[in-house]
Amino acid sequence: MTKNLVISTAVFAAMTAAPALAQDISVKLGVLNDRSGVYADLSGEGSVVAARMAVEDFKAAENGMNVEIISADHQNKPDIGSNITRQWYDVDGVNAILDVPTSSVALAVADITAENNGVFLISGAGSTALTREQCRPTSVHWTYDTASLANGTGAALTNAGGKKWFFMTADYAFGHSLEENTSAVVEANGGEVVGQVNVPFPNQDFSSFLLQAQGSGADVIGLANAGGDTVNSIKQASEFGITQAGQKLAALLMFTNDVHALGVQTAQGLSLTEAFYWDQNDETRAWSDRFMEAHGSMPNMVQAGVYSSTMAYLAAVKELGSAEDGKAIVDKMKAMDIEDPLFGKVTVRADGRALHDMYLFEVKTPDESTGEWDLYKEISSISGEEAFLPMLEECDFSKK
Amino acid sequence: MFELLGVPPQVLLGQLLLGLINGSFYAVLSLGLAVIFGLLNIINFAHGALYMAGAFVAWMLLNYLGIGYWPALFVAPLIVGVFGVVIERTMLSRLYHLDHLYGLLLTFGLALIIQGLFRNYYGISGLPYQIPAVLSGGQNLGFMFLPNYRAWVVVASVLVCFATWFAIEKTRLGAYLRAATENPTLVGAFGVNVPLMVMLTYGFGVALAGFAGVLAAPIYSVNPTMGEQLIIVVFAVVVIGGMGSIMGAIVTGYMLGIVEGLTRVFYPEGSAVVIFVIMAIVLMIKPEGLFGRTA
Repeated sequence: MTKNLVISTAVFAAMTAAPALAQDISVKLGVLNDRSGVYADLSGEGSVVAARMAVEDFKAAENGMNVEIISADHQNKPDIGSNITRQWYDVDGVNAILDVPTSSVALAVADITAENNGVFLISGAGSTALTREQCRPTSVHWTYDTASLANGTGAALTNAGGKKWFFMTADYAFGHSLEENTSAVVEANGGEVVGQVNVPFPNQDFSSFLLQAQGSGADVIGLANAGGDTVNSIKQASEFGITQAGQKLAALLMFTNDVHALGVQTAQGLSLTEAFYWDQNDETRAWSDRFMEAHGSMPNMVQAGVYSSTMAYLAAVKELGSAEDGKAIVDKMKAMDIEDPLFGKVTVRADGRALHDMYLFEVKTPDESTGEWDLYKEISSISGEEAFLPMLEECDFSKK
Repeated sequence: MFELLGVPPQVLLGQLLLGLINGSFYAVLSLGLAVIFGLLNIINFAHGALYMAGAFVAWMLLNYLGIGYWPALFVAPLIVGVFGVVIERTMLSRLYHLDHLYGLLLTFGLALIIQGLFRNYYGISGLPYQIPAVLSGGQNLGFMFLPNYRAWVVVASVLVCFATWFAIEKTRLGAYLRAATENPTLVGAFGVNVPLMVMLTYGFGVALAGFAGVLAAPIYSVNPTMGEQLIIVVFAVVVIGGMGSIMGAIVTGYMLGIVEGLTRVFYPEGSAVVIFVIMAIVLMIKPEGLFGRTA
């Protein structure tokens, strides 16, 4: 009897221990972004959906990982973002922070992540400072940055004959830096900047500025603005017959959801650079259809970036067998060859910059477009080495 | 050819015209505010949100019911107006005997709620609304390309502004209205239904906002923040024109649109603040506003 009891206890223990062993890596991911403001559509709940899909597709549970996802709204304010980040690391035991649009918030999160040895997978923010002036060994800047957009759109349009540029610049730090980045690329490719106008931010009516751009005789009007400002300036450029008269518009920061908001009738012919478009190949289409079903709109590159960076992160955690040491995980990610279903071949450089192809797209005409979300045709692709800025010596963490 | 401060006259003419177009929106919106303030003494902070609602109703009519721009130009303001009447009956009417501040706080809260609801359901990116086919394209005026739709905006707003001014200042109904603001008890004693008149006036004032929203839908992005950005400027216009002055609101609306347009040529960075600078100067020199009666 006693013997039987011992045996059955042992069997029972073995039975319960097996799944417990399989679940021994616990990972907590925090998606921090704008859930109610101007960037809510480009990141927001869509990014949370993307992270959840990554956990599903990675088959985390079967791989012995117990992954939990939490999310919060940073309201585009660095102080609120910092507070949430600290609480997540100190109290809630978060291992990695995802997304974080709005560069000012992202820069704050990068610092706190480095202090806490967490991992910061950046998708929504675009500042090049994240892998340059403020590079951190625990940051991975996955999707895009302003330099890659300027390189893509600026170089391609200048080489295609758009030698004279006029900039409509949102009058704050972001707009000026975007203009500066793009001007450099334009001039390096043999173009010239014939004029610019600083537009107060935010602004509703761009007609006066568009008329100045029209009068400048430029081939290309560069829109160094974002969000609603970009949407309104494109809408009004079409109204004033600017694109029809032969001047090209270059949106320097624009996402699929913005183009969708404009409609192809208005946005047709617009050039823009992105890292991902849902309709690129069978894999992106299959993934995007699932995303559409879960979220109700097609994914943009930020949301796709959250998915892909989470997949790569989970792979690194699985290899290491623990999610505790952030720097070790990021080093692992840098050492891996990543073959991603959405971004193709990705390597994470020693400074944390993820290198992958960027694509120059042109918005389809209403005749070419076959559906609500049929928005882009691909013009060319730019390799990661060309698209992103070269690494700074002081950010080479492989030597530290 | 003469040039003014290095700006050729064609450019200047173009900018004057553009200023007039923007002024049209200011005029229609500030007119609604002035009517509501002049006759109800309510500082209607929900005006921007209702302007936005007008644009959204036009979008919904098109996308859910297939009702196009022209019918929407009448139906959308009507719907917004009815919504305004509901607000007036259920909430605002309880505040008339209190300080202005209560009406302001209530309408401000309403504005946030309306905006939040639209943001929740339609997101922040905005929705497309095409220019009606009859008005697409434009005319080359020599000095600039004038989109037909913008020309229509100016015509429509001048008509609406003039009709409103005429109704309030020159007709018997308008006389009742003005009398009712002076002394509601006495006018009521003559058998005029004052609460009904006040209710309809509020409905009409916000319908004007809805009308401006429909006018704006094809040129600005239809998004939940479109009213929030405009309302502060429009309040400045009303203050400059003189709180409650109908003619003041109309004339100041067009005038400031033009001033803003010119600033965009000579000092673009300052175009967002020029109206507020003017407001500060007017308040210092003539606190009752350019067209206001002495308070």
